[in-house]
Amino acid sequence: MALSKRQRAKAFRMSQYALLVVVAVVLAFVADWNEIQRSFFNLDIAAEMFPNVITVALTNTLIYTALGFAFGLALGLILALMKLSPVAPYRWLATIYIEFFRGVPALLVFIALSFGVPLAFGLQFDIYSTVMLALGIVGAAYMAETIRAGIQAVPKGQIEAARSLGMSHGRTLLTVVIPQAFRIILPPLTNELILLTKDSSLIYIIGLARDQYELTKFGRETLSRSPSLTPILVVGLCYLIITLPLGHLSRYLERRTGGKKISTPESTGLGVSA
Amino acid sequence: MSVDVDSGLAVEITGLKKSFGTLDVLKGIDVRVNRGDVVCIIGPSGSGKSTLLRCVNLLEEPTGGKIVVNGVELTDPDVDIDAARTRIGMVFQSFNLFSHLNVLNNLMVAQRKVLKRDAKQAQEVALRNLARVGLSDKVNAMPGQLSGGQQQRVAIARALSMDPDVMLFDEPTSALDPELVGDVLGVMRQLADEGMTMLVVTHEMQFAREVADRVLFMDGGYVVEEGPAEQVIGAPQHERTQSFLARVLDPTHQGPSST
Ligand SMILES: Nc1ncnc2c1ncn2[C@@H]1O[C@H](COP(=O)(O)OP(=O)(O)OP(=O)(O)O)[C@@H](O)[C@H]1O
Ligand SMILES: [Mg+2]
Repeated sequence: MALSKRQRAKAFRMSQYALLVVVAVVLAFVADWNEIQRSFFNLDIAAEMFPNVITVALTNTLIYTALGFAFGLALGLILALMKLSPVAPYRWLATIYIEFFRGVPALLVFIALSFGVPLAFGLQFDIYSTVMLALGIVGAAYMAETIRAGIQAVPKGQIEAARSLGMSHGRTLLTVVIPQAFRIILPPLTNELILLTKDSSLIYIIGLARDQYELTKFGRETLSRSPSLTPILVVGLCYLIITLPLGHLSRYLERRTGGKKISTPESTGLGVSA
Repeated sequence: MSVDVDSGLAVEITGLKKSFGTLDVLKGIDVRVNRGDVVCIIGPSGSGKSTLLRCVNLLEEPTGGKIVVNGVELTDPDVDIDAARTRIGMVFQSFNLFSHLNVLNNLMVAQRKVLKRDAKQAQEVALRNLARVGLSDKVNAMPGQLSGGQQQRVAIARALSMDPDVMLFDEPTSALDPELVGDVLGVMRQLADEGMTMLVVTHEMQFAREVADRVLFMDGGYVVEEGPAEQVIGAPQHERTQSFLARVLDPTHQGPSST
């Protein structure tokens, strides 16, 4: 009795489900549930973390990420324009920068910034500047390539139309190319923001005061006082509060700008009273 | 930079040459366009029509020769090309409306940023020109919501909003569905009647016959034949013009091709 192709596929799928169930049951028996509850779901410890995990840690993570993203975006835009410049040394500089900071671990950059720069230059940045520089310097390297791709994706005809209306090169860039490029790269840029949110966990290396803790540092700190992984679970959930909506936003933007049409039917707010 | 407004010449092209690498596209072109004249440029694909037109506002940098538009020599290395371009309107085959701006802002953005007109004046000019092309009801539409013919009329209105002295059209109807061609040609005809100086690259022979003061036939990087529309299209002298027109006017019954 030979099975049809469809029947065979179905049988195969059923056997996979069966395997999953078996694994789950085995794990459930092997696991020490009391221990798991004590280490992961200790509600007392979790309750103790509030409200600071939100008012301090989550807030700081958001602030640090926003600062780093803003600086990274600005620097990334400059790097992207340098990379597209007709001036060869600009292109070389941008390439070296991008290759370097994409190639070394972000943690090393943070260490260099927080310990190296004060030693070498005698400069002492405040915490916000240090975080902004650290996250921004690394983020810029990734964003530069994204922005460059976006700029190059703007149709040549748009630029020619702008130039034929008398716009200078710079004016064309500002008024036509960059706004259109950002529309194109909004989805990947949102993904960079997610990565940066997670990278902000690395700035514990800088050495933070209690009210400067971001989520990961806050979680580790709580962990050192209470022998349970609950704090890690709690801050993990806090990261998801940030990253999941961003992920959805990114996919939404991708769908909206999907296809070849860049234009969106939104009003630019300039009403007409004629 | 000599400004010589009194001469009746709007465009004066002398010995224009343009090469892309080793490819010589324009090999010495002389064209004069009087103020208020409509000159149509016809010729086979690849003959350099677009290149010629794009040289007239320096979207392509000429390799040699001289171009003077309204008394301003564009080929002068020290010319303020951005200022000169505001006096030269260009309409593209692919419309090239700014896809991130609505119709009104497409018409206003260069007025505001380049001519530094205030918002009120820029809007007035925009609305006037939108009415001229019959699209007053589309002020707030985005380009993607318009048909090709409407987009091209908006593009014409955008160019007109800069108050140009000369309008350049590069096959403005070639990308359009046949039923939309008439609207755009109608706008161009009306513009010609109002006395606009126009250089039009086109395959619309009927339009050229009816509207053009002069027709240039280009082939192989040269202007092969030039004269009144009735002569160049109606009774072409040159053998290459004849075979081109035979192909264009009656594409299904192509005679033996000579080239
Ligand atoms: N930017 C460019 N780089 C290299 N070659 C080019 C460039 N622009 C045009 N050419 C070449 O120059 C020649 C003339 O092109 P042009 O676009 O001026 O022709 P055309 O007469 O407008 O043709 P069509 O009727 O197809 O539009 C063609 O061989 C084309 O491949
Ligand atoms: Mg062409």
